[in-house]
Amino acid sequence: MKMNMVEAINRCLNQEMERDKTIAVMGEDVGVDGGVFRVTDGLYAKYGRERVIDTPLSESGIIGTAVGMAALGMRPVPEIQFQGFEYNAYHHFVQHCARLRNRTRGSFTCPMVVRLPATGGIKALEHHSESLETIYAHIAGLKIVYPSSPYEAKGLLAAALSDEDTVMYFEPKRLYRAFKEEVPEERYTIPIGKAHTVKEGNDVTLISWGAMTYISKDAIAEAEKAGVSVEHIDLRSLAPCDWESISNSVKKTGRCVIVHEAVKTMGFGAEIMARIMEKDFLSLEAPVKRITAWDITVPYPKLEDYYFPDKKRILKGIIETAKF
Amino acid sequence: MPVTKVFEGKVDYIQILDKDGKIDSALDPKLPSELLEKMYRYMVLARAWDKKNLVLQRTGRMYTYAPVEGQEAIVIGSGLAAAPTDWVFPTYRETFLYHMRGASLGELNVGWMGWEDGLKIDQKMCCFPLAIPIATQFAHAVGGAYALKLRGINSAALVYGGDGSTSEGDFHDALNFAGVWNSGVVFVVSNNQFAISVPRKWQTKSETIAQKALAYGFKGVQVDGNDILAVYSVIKEAANKAREGHGPTLIEAITFRMGPHTTADDPKKYRSEEEVAYWRERDPITRFQIYLKGKGIWTQEYEQKLQTECSALVEEGVAKAEGFKADPKNIFKFVFKDMTKDLEEQMNECFSQ
Ligand SMILES: Cc1ncc(C[n+]2csc(CCOP(=O)(O)OP(=O)(O)O)c2C)c(N)n1
Repeated sequence: MKMNMVEAINRCLNQEMERDKTIAVMGEDVGVDGGVFRVTDGLYAKYGRERVIDTPLSESGIIGTAVGMAALGMRPVPEIQFQGFEYNAYHHFVQHCARLRNRTRGSFTCPMVVRLPATGGIKALEHHSESLETIYAHIAGLKIVYPSSPYEAKGLLAAALSDEDTVMYFEPKRLYRAFKEEVPEERYTIPIGKAHTVKEGNDVTLISWGAMTYISKDAIAEAEKAGVSVEHIDLRSLAPCDWESISNSVKKTGRCVIVHEAVKTMGFGAEIMARIMEKDFLSLEAPVKRITAWDITVPYPKLEDYYFPDKKRILKGIIETAKF
Repeated sequence: MPVTKVFEGKVDYIQILDKDGKIDSALDPKLPSELLEKMYRYMVLARAWDKKNLVLQRTGRMYTYAPVEGQEAIVIGSGLAAAPTDWVFPTYRETFLYHMRGASLGELNVGWMGWEDGLKIDQKMCCFPLAIPIATQFAHAVGGAYALKLRGINSAALVYGGDGSTSEGDFHDALNFAGVWNSGVVFVVSNNQFAISVPRKWQTKSETIAQKALAYGFKGVQVDGNDILAVYSVIKEAANKAREGHGPTLIEAITFRMGPHTTADDPKKYRSEEEVAYWRERDPITRFQIYLKGKGIWTQEYEQKLQTECSALVEEGVAKAEGFKADPKNIFKFVFKDMTKDLEEQMNECFSQ
């Protein structure tokens, strides 16, 4: 069936809640309202207040209670309405979600899937446009997945919901309704920790995730017209990260461009570059290039287009790297 | 062992002007008619501005907007009750305060039309930049009041929030600090019954929000938030108390958000037409109009003249805001006092294309 990303996530939650009675969705406006983006629409009517919980307005309360639920036998799916509001809950992610297994040597675990509507490009108010994957990537013990299409969204969410650790599940808001694609009705999973080769190529490797995978596609098509063959890798999951696929591709092309929506300094691209230096230095024929947001606060809507990597910047990066 | 009562609390509810515009003469603050007219004028202007902004948003001329319809008495009553040197710490719902402190409607809409420059506030206006992250503003007001006191400035700090905001830990941190520090802060909670879709009863088991102050050691009071005379009186008293060094007050103003939460919201999903109709009858402007009519201030001609005046002001504001332009390089220029070399390079790259 053709679905957009909102429908794919919604369908998945519905299916998984049918399959596993310990799954509960919780957060601000996720119940009666069906979520401010309608991602949880219909779940309240079907599963009731016990498993689709409109919580008080407190991110700290939401994640704190979810830790208790997860540790004592449930699989909570808390939503942080916009990722830019997760800071109130951050201590729970770092101090408990990431550590519970380790500090109890496995007798307690924290299997929850945190839904994080992220990314900008939708002309939203202040604090509604962040893409903060790196602040979790720095914490040992948190998994991070970042789908870039409806198909990936459904498969990765199903995998996250049967994972035994806390999974930070990023939803690129900008892609929620950007396009539809064929998504299987029946349950399937996409393995966490495995990258996806969107397109094979020989001259340059382009690595992206989330909304930037979608944005990069146009630039890649242009580059190909200009005679540059691009291998496009969509990471799908940042932690664990598929270093092997990156390495194999860079060995083949000798050139690499990384595109991400977060700011440049200490963005996930920095880690990718470091790994390439460690593993594939001798295969490199050009410096690895990053196309990222600038090291500034996400601007208000009027000037936000200056902030995000766009087709033009990505294309320029590909060509420069290919020609180096 | 005997049982002794160690704590007992009470919370008053204050209404001066009822929904039909009848005044409780014992509580009548007997305000001068210029002030009454000012109250009415600001409420009418706020509503005209608000309605216009909704239209602008629907027609793609404004980004997400948080309407104030139904809550005008709280914004305007408190804004007028505060001394001009009292500081206000608003949320997205009280931006009209900036206008009351001297910003033009055009300047006000520059922010809603997507420019940071909307928050380029002259500090002389004594307005903090609005807070979008819920409840973060409360502690800022407590800290702000501390700083004012240390600097020998005798001003109260008024800080705003919604019923939903009282669920955040930040709200409780701020009340606790304010109690311990005996801060000159007035907490104004606009209980408009919903936090986006979530009803007040799902936020807290407490019967009132006002009573939360009692737990932190200071007074909490409920007021009819659609009665501008009550709002004005209660806030005036609390602000005086704050300035006189007698500590904080929490005011729960009971009201209703008549419109959507923001333009991105569809309230039909979570509230009934009857509920909206119930509150429509309690409109803050209508009852005040009846009251002013009784006093011989309000007439049809008065209204017509005022409406014409307000819509002209609104149109002028919209034109100003739509004509606003700023240097796109500003997105780099205010990160630090002095731009780093690295940022300068990034800026040049950004604008080289
Ligand atoms: C920390 C934080 N979490 C979530 C949001 C998203 N959000 C914006 S307004 C709102 C509801 C606020 O309700 P309330 O405090 O009652 O104020 P009202 O909007 O009704 O005036 C929510 C959840 C936010 N802005 N900040």
